[in-house]
Amino acid sequence: MSSKTLMAGNIAIAEGAILAGCQAYFGYPITPQNEILEHMSKRMPEEGRVFVQTESELAAINMVYGAAAAGCRVMTSTSSPGFSLEQEGISYMSGAELPGVIVNVMRGGPGLGNIGGAQGDYFQSIKGGGHGDYRVINLAPASVQEMMDLTMLAFELADKYRNPVVVLPDGFLGQAMEPVVMREPVTELPGKPWAITGALGRPKNIINSFEMEPANFRPRVELLLQKFEKIRRNEVRYEGINLDDASLVIVAYGSASRSALTAMRVARQEGLPVGLLRPITLFPFPYEALSNLAQRVDNFLVAELSSGQFIEDVRLAVGLDKRVELVNQYGGVPLSAEEILDAIEKMVKQPVGR
Amino acid sequence: MAKSDVSELDTALYHRPESLEDYPFHFCPGCGHGIVFRLIAEVVNELNLKERAVCVASVGCSVNSYHYFNFDGLESAHGRAPAVATAIKRCHPHLIPFTYQGDGDLAAIGTAEIVHACARGENITTIFVNNAIYGMTGGQMAPTTLVGMYSTSTPDGRKPALSGYPIRVCEMLSTLEGPAYVARVSVHNPAAVRKTKQAIKLAFRTQLAGLGISLVEVLSPCPTNWKVEPVKALEWLVEHLLPQYPLGEYKVIEAVAVLRKEAGRA
Amino acid sequence: MVVAQRISSAYIIIDAERCKGCCLCISVCPKEIIGLASHINEKGYLPAVVLEEKAHDCTGCTACAMMCPDTAISVYRHNRVPIELVA
Repeated sequence: MSSKTLMAGNIAIAEGAILAGCQAYFGYPITPQNEILEHMSKRMPEEGRVFVQTESELAAINMVYGAAAAGCRVMTSTSSPGFSLEQEGISYMSGAELPGVIVNVMRGGPGLGNIGGAQGDYFQSIKGGGHGDYRVINLAPASVQEMMDLTMLAFELADKYRNPVVVLPDGFLGQAMEPVVMREPVTELPGKPWAITGALGRPKNIINSFEMEPANFRPRVELLLQKFEKIRRNEVRYEGINLDDASLVIVAYGSASRSALTAMRVARQEGLPVGLLRPITLFPFPYEALSNLAQRVDNFLVAELSSGQFIEDVRLAVGLDKRVELVNQYGGVPLSAEEILDAIEKMVKQPVGR
Repeated sequence: MAKSDVSELDTALYHRPESLEDYPFHFCPGCGHGIVFRLIAEVVNELNLKERAVCVASVGCSVNSYHYFNFDGLESAHGRAPAVATAIKRCHPHLIPFTYQGDGDLAAIGTAEIVHACARGENITTIFVNNAIYGMTGGQMAPTTLVGMYSTSTPDGRKPALSGYPIRVCEMLSTLEGPAYVARVSVHNPAAVRKTKQAIKLAFRTQLAGLGISLVEVLSPCPTNWKVEPVKALEWLVEHLLPQYPLGEYKVIEAVAVLRKEAGRA
Repeated sequence: MVVAQRISSAYIIIDAERCKGCCLCISVCPKEIIGLASHINEKGYLPAVVLEEKAHDCTGCTACAMMCPDTAISVYRHNRVPIELVA
């Protein structure tokens, strides 16, 4: 049995980045993810790697842009308000085809909100909070182990597609402590001949996302769109539990899926055929998996820590003729298994008259 | 006389520096940017930095800057060039990144980035071209627009009660510990252009010696948006910009003064 | 009887297509040997040209090249020693 270390989610992200070969970290303090910045401030210099605490999240994301352009694996971590400030930089990275990892440990919002865990940045993160036609891979961990594993995966996918990748836990997962299996460090980093490393023995490299003539810019956008299409085809990840015989499926991600897991188990003990589908990638969204399920299942219960954002994609996937109910919390308030169990029982007791 | 009439026996006293691509400048007639770009290319050539220099462009009239040079270059979001350059330098300390920014980019949206790059003493170089107006967007007020000066967003002349006062960047940044060399120069006549080149060269040598951030503010004409024809624009610069933005070296740490003496002898 | 014109020690070459007719070179030339052409270049500017009758006054001081915002001016020095041929 491989040894496990008890670790907080935020630390698992930091260590996952280091294991993935993250060569530069730029961050700004914002609860509930300060521990990532603090941990990196100690560990990155220890590893002989770059660390800067920046003057703002604007500076942080633009330093990520710079390090990515220099061909380095690079990460920043922030929380919702800071993530808002980073949207322009993320759009620039996608436009200039630069790989980088952005961790958004979501908290209660909008506005200053509070430091409780939440999922209210769903639209912003998945539908693109910056300007222009770009998409960003979004990975949603639901355990401290996944905080490490998905951070490592984020670096891999960022380099594979030369595009920013967002890791999207919430404040509960950031602070939670769970045993973690330490992964092997990545030693082979991909070559980046396009990077800014000095025009030595090669023609100059230019990295930009600017073209005054729209007719010349359009082909560049088309290249990006083909890239996102490839991501949709190849990179969908989700977990399905008890789906085969389920007549009611809970759809939930991140820490909401942890409460849903408990509710599902209790419901099963009560003899209710309930399953759980947990998206791990929010972009690319598992539309196909859900629409296949909907050929057999008529009832879906969406559990989210936001006001009905995630549910829109579930409805899109299963179709409007299916019953899709919402059980949720927002504003930093956690969603309990009991609330989800009540919703299940209510759905089962009141079949929709048709 | 056409180029072909030049006999190889003749010595060239002056010609386009090798690090400047044969790429037309997009600037308006008489714009100072064209002079500053040429000087940077001359300095990169003379210091033999083609394989190490990195042009960190900003957003403004100089947005195409990486196309003009024959070495690596990249774009930055408006105001963020010092952050981008910080990351490049920290990831590859052997590279010589320099930001090329206008007064809107550096002194308006990018103020935090340049102040904190200076506060951290990043080992980068910043070429800051101050023409007291937003050029690319058609002549609006800049942070360096003079009191009383016309712009498309100060139609009756800049009024402090409404739009505040112009910012003296060199004076502001030279109060910080991090900068090793801060100087303000101008391109209003050949002698001033030569001084500008010396300042740019010393700034690059400051970075080469790893002494901290070097910043050169260059007062530059913008005939189109000053609504003055090019030759008159130089006179306008002397009469109006120089009093508000006195030329000179605002910070020269000891080690840079030593560099300058050596340069004097070299 | 052959009388050779005095050959100036230096001369400049102006790239007429790169020039935008801003006149900065004209304004700084100490010998005033530069003027504007009479016909426009491809971009529609009247480019600067060396005035024929003043060409020999060029001293190679490079002031014009210093001020040119479009690096359109190159400056050369004659290596042949100008010889005075007097009948």
